[in-house]
Amino acid sequence: MANPLKCDLCSKPATVHLTQILDNKVHKVDLCEECAQAKGVTDPSGFSLADLLLKASLNPDPSSGGIRCEQCGFSPADFKKQGRFGCPACYGAFKGLLDPMLDGMHKGTVHSGKIPRRALERKSLYDKLTKLEGDLTEAIKAERYEDAARCRDEINQVRQAVDQKPAR
Amino acid sequence: MTIESLIDTPSELTDSASSKSAIVLMTRIRLARNISGQPFPGWAKPAQREKIMEACRAALMATPAMKRGLAVSVGELGELEKRILVERHLISRELSGSKQGSGVVISRDQAISVMINEEDHLRIQLMRAGFQLRKAWAAIDDLDSTLEETLDFAFSPDLGYLTACPTNLGTGMRASAMMHLPALVIANQMEKVVRAVNQLGMVVRGLFGEGSDASGSIFQISNQTTLGESEEEILKRLSGVLQSIVEHEMNARARLLEADSGKLFDKIGRAFGILQNGHVLSSSEAMNLLSLIRLGVDLGVFPDSKRSVTDRLFIEAQPGHLQHAQKGEFEPGKRDLLRAERLRSEFANFARPDFTLSANGNN
Repeated sequence: MANPLKCDLCSKPATVHLTQILDNKVHKVDLCEECAQAKGVTDPSGFSLADLLLKASLNPDPSSGGIRCEQCGFSPADFKKQGRFGCPACYGAFKGLLDPMLDGMHKGTVHSGKIPRRALERKSLYDKLTKLEGDLTEAIKAERYEDAARCRDEINQVRQAVDQKPAR
Repeated sequence: MTIESLIDTPSELTDSASSKSAIVLMTRIRLARNISGQPFPGWAKPAQREKIMEACRAALMATPAMKRGLAVSVGELGELEKRILVERHLISRELSGSKQGSGVVISRDQAISVMINEEDHLRIQLMRAGFQLRKAWAAIDDLDSTLEETLDFAFSPDLGYLTACPTNLGTGMRASAMMHLPALVIANQMEKVVRAVNQLGMVVRGLFGEGSDASGSIFQISNQTTLGESEEEILKRLSGVLQSIVEHEMNARARLLEADSGKLFDKIGRAFGILQNGHVLSSSEAMNLLSLIRLGVDLGVFPDSKRSVTDRLFIEAQPGHLQHAQKGEFEPGKRDLLRAERLRSEFANFARPDFTLSANGNN
């Protein structure tokens, strides 16, 4: 996977990587800062890896184990129960669960119908924003402060254009 | 507009039944839309649902299509009112039983209804009498584009419009036709038709959608898939299937007349007799009798102008509408008596059947 490791408990990026050997078996756990704090990983005496491993093994689907939608907290288990997703962002979060499902469900797997014009406008603005922010970081790193200032001005302009769109 | 005045006004469905709608009674298109960044109705918290409903309602009431329309939340509706709206296909059974924070906006002519916080944030629906897929699409496309000016719809370039259930992804469009197919039912060919239609990626349901029976020989045929094809392609495919079902029904009618017109006329004549004189009629018996009268109109046994009467009665013989017409006390046990009474009075002045016309194959 190209993605950075995700926390085994929530789906935030993992920053704490723990390896323990118990009964001659290697156990690895990846956690984000918050979960690491909450589970007492930073306090060796109060921390039980076995607890965490048990939780992970409770999830019936190992491929999507422990993943939750960052937007709405929905889990694959919820989908199994309801047959509906939690929010639009779930489609990104549970791509692995969705793709096999889409095979054979529809005529194709790629949309070829109506496109909301405003959604596209918005998307192109956001793409531009992301690119400019990348440029800005690079310029600052390279100490090209004139470029950085220009990027910042452009970012402000794009942000204004986004804000001018009517509120939902 | 108030709910009372809506109920006392004929709906799009009960209106304008011309000979053009002989077999296809009504065309309907619905679009599923959701607001980006918001949880779907089934997962949203009550406060979120309320907020989404307010935003959607405001956007809808600002459109020209909904000018002087009706906006109500499900909580404001009584059981009887909900039932009547379901019988008119203006809301779904699912919405009528739903939680706080859902509602519906209905256009003044009752051709458009938009359910808010049903399975998706918005279920936009447009009805047209007769076989009008293209016109219906043009009108609903227009309304959808107007809404898009003020609402941010959840959309992905790959998956199209994002819906609570993956079966609606892509266009989020379900187009359907309500068809009256008595000859195919009499000739026992419906099962074959259903199988063939399923193989073409279309679904057949009864008059009131999923799980309802096909009393009155009325069926809804709609597209099953929504992703991978454009709206136009789906409509073209559906249109072709509908066209061929119409042909099959016409052929079945011709064959019934040719093989045993006496038997067919007997059915129509008896239906007329029962409707004129019966005293206890269940909903499904009434539907089947009305269906035969409608077939009689198509065959020229009754004047063309009477088609709108049968179409109106299809709706008005439903429990909710009967109860409303009765005003006041209503015992469920008396419903079938009341229905028969209602139909007797309607058919007291109905044209007498003339079985000579159709001998020339006039339809």
